[in-house]
Amino acid sequence: MGRVAIIGVGQSTFVRNYPGGIRELAFEGFKEAMVDAGIKSSDISASVVCSAPEYDKQRSPAGVIAEYLGLNPQPTFYVESLCSSSSMGLRVAYALVESGLHDVVAVIGFQKMSEITSAESQERMGRGADIQWESPFGTMMPAYYAMYARAHMAKYGTTPEDLALIRVKASTYGQINEKAVYRKAVTLDMFSDLSNPMSAPVASPLRVGDCCANADGSSCVIVANEEKAKLFSKKPVWILGLGSATAPVNMAGRDLFTGLAVARAAAEQAYRMAGIQPSQVDVAEVHDCFTIAEMMAYEDLGFARPGEGKELIRSKETYKEGRIPVNVDGGLLSKGHPIGATGGSQIRTIVLQLRGEAGPMQVKDPTIGLVHNIGGVGLYGNVTILGRE
Amino acid sequence: MDDRFKRFGTISFTATTKTNDFISHLEAGEVTGTRCRVCGKVYFPPRADCFACLSSDMEWFPVSGKGRLVTYSTLRYAPVGFEKDVPYTIAVVDFGHFKVFGRLAKEIPEEKVSVGMELKVKVNELPNGQLNYVFSIPD
Repeated sequence: MGRVAIIGVGQSTFVRNYPGGIRELAFEGFKEAMVDAGIKSSDISASVVCSAPEYDKQRSPAGVIAEYLGLNPQPTFYVESLCSSSSMGLRVAYALVESGLHDVVAVIGFQKMSEITSAESQERMGRGADIQWESPFGTMMPAYYAMYARAHMAKYGTTPEDLALIRVKASTYGQINEKAVYRKAVTLDMFSDLSNPMSAPVASPLRVGDCCANADGSSCVIVANEEKAKLFSKKPVWILGLGSATAPVNMAGRDLFTGLAVARAAAEQAYRMAGIQPSQVDVAEVHDCFTIAEMMAYEDLGFARPGEGKELIRSKETYKEGRIPVNVDGGLLSKGHPIGATGGSQIRTIVLQLRGEAGPMQVKDPTIGLVHNIGGVGLYGNVTILGRE
Repeated sequence: MDDRFKRFGTISFTATTKTNDFISHLEAGEVTGTRCRVCGKVYFPPRADCFACLSSDMEWFPVSGKGRLVTYSTLRYAPVGFEKDVPYTIAVVDFGHFKVFGRLAKEIPEEKVSVGMELKVKVNELPNGQLNYVFSIPD
């Protein structure tokens, strides 16, 4: 088997209320990736389009987007796994390339969430859970993750302030990421000031400041076989490991509430495929849709032992200068979370880091990076490990 | 059309299912799960089909006795259609061979709620006439 590389990455700026249609939004991430790769549309032999369809008016967006991007008559199709759609798209692209069926594949993620209100968006995301047995109780994403936060606090003594520290870190990098939707500082004082909107309870123990920012955005990752990668790219980044797992959708079917079983399973697969240990990861992007999700990711990925994730953030080991920098682009919390675009954006960040092109967010000389991208409340989990020569 | 399931919860997103008897059991005051008659596997929420042995020969059993609170969250902000219910607390309770996801009874004061506490399940009629079940403190 040959190696599979990422030769181009791009994303739109993540914004509230994108002033255009989904095809125009997709074009922004695609253009950046194409310029980055230095290739033409005709060099791409297939495209995989990733999003969560309930936000769209357009039926079957893949065909419309492929046409707009000049990707006819090459095949295109749609991949969906909620918030991990574009990591799943990368997994599919890897298989398409590794099988020899295609040599260069574009993974295009997008989401225009602003066509519906925030409450409607919460309702749709709640329907990413079990609509028969759970949604009738009035569920939504923050409340599900809040149950994990409650269990983590009860078992390990994690505090709301520990979670707030993760939000403060995210904002540190959101302020210097020109692609981020939330560019303002968040301080611990905001969480303790009961008149500050950040401290308002959403679903106990999570507060407004613990929740990520909805956004419109797109991303694109261009994947190639070894021959094409060497032809087109001076700095290919190689896909070293892929892991993917699922868990019962209904909370009643789960055994673990202090971590995500899908993340643990996907991480184990990815580490084994890459032949590395967690301690060898130099920089990571994790799915911080809520602060507790990043805390659990530290532990599920093996950066800290179960229950000791709080020590990592208290000692700032996940800051840019720390032992294992995590989400130094602002993460979903500050950069924003346009569902279908998120995985591709995380991959873009790690590719730029490995190439030494992350600008003010650059970590010192990383060689191995990891992306942890979760769909639903730990319903789908993808872990991807990337490396440079 | 047997659409009994539309009565489940504040808003039901499902009308037809092979587990519609669950609603009739709620109306009779009982929360029920299913057990596979072939291999004995126990399911909550109830299912019409057993993935372990692929049988569809299931029997109903009542969820009874005491369970322990695994985790919970109190919502101050609700999805569309649930605004009038706020605040309410969702929870997972472990009954040993299975777990149940649902709401805590309104009458339990928030400061009395703690992970590990004993709870039982009971049928609850909502102000809009719909039915669900809630966890309450055992007698």
